[in-house]
Amino acid sequence: MYTVKNYVIADSLEQAYDLKQKGRNNIIIGGNLWLKMGHRAIQNAIDLSRLGLDQIEEDAEGFRIGCMVTLRQLEVHEGLKTAFGNVFQEAVRHIVGVQFRNLASVGGSIFPRFGFSDVLTAFLACDSYVELYQGGTIPLREFAEMPLDNDILTHIYVKKDGRRVCYQSYRLTETDFPVLTCAVARKENGFETVLGARPKRAVCISDVELHTPEDAGEREIYAEQTAGKAEFGSNMRGSAAYRKELAKVLIVRALTELTEDETCR
Amino acid sequence: MQIEVFLNEEKVQADIRPDMMLLDFLRSMNLKSMKRGCDTGNCGLCTVWVDGKPVLSCGVPAARVQGAHITTLEGVQEEAAEFSRFLAAEGADQCGFCSPGLIMNVLALKKENPHPTEEEMKEYLAGNLCRCTGYQGQYRALAKYFEIEEAQ
Repeated sequence: MYTVKNYVIADSLEQAYDLKQKGRNNIIIGGNLWLKMGHRAIQNAIDLSRLGLDQIEEDAEGFRIGCMVTLRQLEVHEGLKTAFGNVFQEAVRHIVGVQFRNLASVGGSIFPRFGFSDVLTAFLACDSYVELYQGGTIPLREFAEMPLDNDILTHIYVKKDGRRVCYQSYRLTETDFPVLTCAVARKENGFETVLGARPKRAVCISDVELHTPEDAGEREIYAEQTAGKAEFGSNMRGSAAYRKELAKVLIVRALTELTEDETCR
Repeated sequence: MQIEVFLNEEKVQADIRPDMMLLDFLRSMNLKSMKRGCDTGNCGLCTVWVDGKPVLSCGVPAARVQGAHITTLEGVQEEAAEFSRFLAAEGADQCGFCSPGLIMNVLALKKENPHPTEEEMKEYLAGNLCRCTGYQGQYRALAKYFEIEEAQ
């Protein structure tokens, strides 16, 4: 368990940002569930929960999701379901339990860019952007490759661009960390696949073509080629070779749902 | 630091450490139903409601609940006793250590979805672990509890 000298409920993002610049022991408290597992000596624990960042706002172009929105809010939001189908619900419903997801935050799931993150995988499969207090708005795919810094992620914006996304993951036991995560997006002009928990950070593979997704053989070839482009590693949950085989299976399942099952929408 | 919260609808002011978790705060206030079963946020034994939503009190900074309404098992005794009768009738309890957390989440499910399917029920309660049993007694009790609600 960590120790905290000062718990600061921020009155403004400016105050939170200034405190965060004072050194690595000044920490933003998100959902707190990962942070509490550590043993840090925190000077200022910075709480953003009173800044109205716990809202999902929909406009004509997409959804603006505050960093303090919980995974449970993502899971049950009707607007997100209507626009993107069950991708967010599928991505988070295996994460421990409802009580956990009522705490875990979207910002806390995206900003650290954890390799195991289901949430990062799901957002990467959509046309998503992060809004940073200092860094402005940048595509999530660019942000996912950047090193951690001292900025504050305030929102995520997801564009409604008509894509269909199917989410798959594989776990050794229900509610455990995933062995592999996979989200396949069907866009107007082709397919994109995001693979996460490799165990490194999720990556997007968008340069494999699939012209006839209704053909099961073509789907197999797409899965083989896509899995061949991702780098996999080994850890206690599985070997690199195992993950590569899993990737092929999950990609085929996602493609099959996207082409044959309207309920994944 | 000072916080003011509503514990089972009673307004309370208290002095807390900045790194105190809600679980420890509640136990310091002599509310002992919630337990620290795992401290990794996985077991559900510490479940309480913050503003009506079930959360893991082992993971909530006490300072964050300033002004919030906290409900513990001690605050829902009548409903808890009702569901406990179903658990007892099915012989679901063994050591009983996990029951308060389970009951708080079952009652939260009932508020959110009074007529869950078996799949919805299992998914909602996936974050409540029991190390004594194989869950079969709990599932029988839950099935009967929610069926009775439907009959009413």
